Amino acid sequence: MDELRLYTWIAVGGTFGLYFFIAWWARAGSTSEFYAAGGGITPLQNGMAIGADWMSAASFISMAGLIAFLGYGGSVFLMGWTGGYVLLAMCLAPYMRKHGKFTVPEFIGDRFYSRTARIVAVICLIIASVTYIIGQMKGVGVAFSRFLEVEYDMGLYIGMGVVFVYATLGGMKGITYTQIAQYVVLITAYTIPAIFISLQLTGNPIPQLGLGSTLADGSGVYLLDKLDMVVSDLGFKEYTTASLGSVEMIAYTMSLMIGTAGLPHVIMRFFTVPSVKAARQSAGYALVFIALLYTVAPAVGAMARFNLMNTIEPAAGQNLVYDERPQWFKDWERTGLLKFEDKNGDGKIQYVADSTTNEMVKVDRDIMVLANPSIANLPNWVIALVAAGGLAAALSTAAGLLLAISSAVSHDLMKGVLMPDMSEKNELRASRIVMTLSILLAGYLGLNPPGFAAGTVALAFGLAASSIFPALMMGIFSKKMSSKAAIAGMCSGLGVTMLYVFQHKGIMFIPGTSFLGGMEPNWFFGISPNAFGSIGALVNFAVAFAVCKVTGPAPIEIQQLVENFRTPHGKIADAHGH
Amino acid sequence: MEGETTYWQENLRLIFICLAIWFVVSFGFGLLLVEPLNAIRLGGYKLGFWFAQQGSIYTFVALIFWYSTKMNQLDKKYNVEDQ
Repeated sequence: MDELRLYTWIAVGGTFGLYFFIAWWARAGSTSEFYAAGGGITPLQNGMAIGADWMSAASFISMAGLIAFLGYGGSVFLMGWTGGYVLLAMCLAPYMRKHGKFTVPEFIGDRFYSRTARIVAVICLIIASVTYIIGQMKGVGVAFSRFLEVEYDMGLYIGMGVVFVYATLGGMKGITYTQIAQYVVLITAYTIPAIFISLQLTGNPIPQLGLGSTLADGSGVYLLDKLDMVVSDLGFKEYTTASLGSVEMIAYTMSLMIGTAGLPHVIMRFFTVPSVKAARQSAGYALVFIALLYTVAPAVGAMARFNLMNTIEPAAGQNLVYDERPQWFKDWERTGLLKFEDKNGDGKIQYVADSTTNEMVKVDRDIMVLANPSIANLPNWVIALVAAGGLAAALSTAAGLLLAISSAVSHDLMKGVLMPDMSEKNELRASRIVMTLSILLAGYLGLNPPGFAAGTVALAFGLAASSIFPALMMGIFSKKMSSKAAIAGMCSGLGVTMLYVFQHKGIMFIPGTSFLGGMEPNWFFGISPNAFGSIGALVNFAVAFAVCKVTGPAPIEIQQLVENFRTPHGKIADAHGH
Repeated sequence: MEGETTYWQENLRLIFICLAIWFVVSFGFGLLLVEPLNAIRLGGYKLGFWFAQQGSIYTFVALIFWYSTKMNQLDKKYNVEDQ
């Protein structure tokens, strides 16, 4: 076994051992502990757990790669995936914590005094969470197969096994403490290579500052200026100004922001803290921990692009000879994620924007973070750490999503609707069974990824943005909003968004069923399906207010309920006590 | 009730101020005004680019802590703290 694989086994094995130990130490004894960790998590701990819960394989592996190739256009992900926390901290979390229930559908059911509303919310939650989880499972499989050279399937089984042990044993309590450990692992794994690379390129160890510094080669040229020059010489868009189009960027950023604020697995974390005050604070801490990664990511992206261009063409016109390519190039070629085709037969690599002469026919965006340490010639233990970090990101998000799904099924559907007189012991047993089934389903979907896997994240955010977020906002800020109006709003927001996504990407993403085509000229105001959640949300608000105007306001006791959860003190009158 | 502000109204006013800043740094400086701002430099960063990839995120963090502190004071002022 070579040195790199040995280090990787040690890093992955060591961190997994730690997760198991924590799971055993923090196992759950009651439904309150299982769903909400007994409400005893401090804001700082909760912030860290939210950070790990939120930052998935997409944040850890894909985002910097997207930024590397989109340049300025990648800002939509940076602002979109952080700006939602401002909305959560001010508009949602404190009031939902005051209301004091375990799940998002339960809040919607209480506020809109309607079982139908609760069931609609459960459906939105399950679709959003299941689509999200497929990506995590795939991430686990890929990380294992690339770094430990076990089969993709085997990697997936190992991942399922680990999540199974600590999620079913500990519920929210076990998951929260494990996520704290996972946050530490993932942030270390993300920043250490970034610090090394920033030092190499600019002499500044802080990546956020390095990105704005001059190059360490003594030329006195700023890194970003040099990068702009290199990429535009080869015909690519200038890095710092490459836009996706103004309207598209605004709609996309807004969709991601309100989608973030409406994702149930994030919101339910705020039910784990002891007070309203703590709910506000934990949103702040969460964003600090998230910002640590999100402000490093632009540096990772730009520097990875810089190193990649520099490796292929160290100076203008002096292209890398293919037979002299470095080891990492060969490694990734073997995975099929990097492809070279010698079009002009000169044995050298030409990497340009023009697709007729470009010889780097495939550079998968997802390899940038994983290949980055090797491109920069960092020591093997750093590469091993990145593998453990990627797994921590994927596993922690998967566990949070599984908990959201199992609580929606056992608490909202079974206890709330089908069997209201179920005992606490049985509910706890039911939620463990549901969680086991969800893990098996997620594993199955990871092994047989449906054809639409690539489009699913857009769907998850679109759903959360167009259905759940507006319903929660109106429930809190409009006392008079009635159940009929909210249900009509949720259904129409959801409907419009799904219709738009499907008409451009195919019904359930099946190729050939798209009836308007995925072509840009057919987009509504040039807005891509990924960015359409914000329009869906507007439709939701408009329909709900119109229906409310026509059918009349919510009953007086519901308006009192709203008054009550708007202020932190006092108890909420409980219709069905816990 | 004229002239008398309530806990909820003061909260709404705070949220409004925070969200206005939230909107200006991200959608304003980062997206709509990015071109004029890019004429100004912050070290190696063009300013508009910096707001889109760094500045807006720092502002978001500061906003949440500021709001949280203000609300704690407001809870005390109206005597509506939870334990």
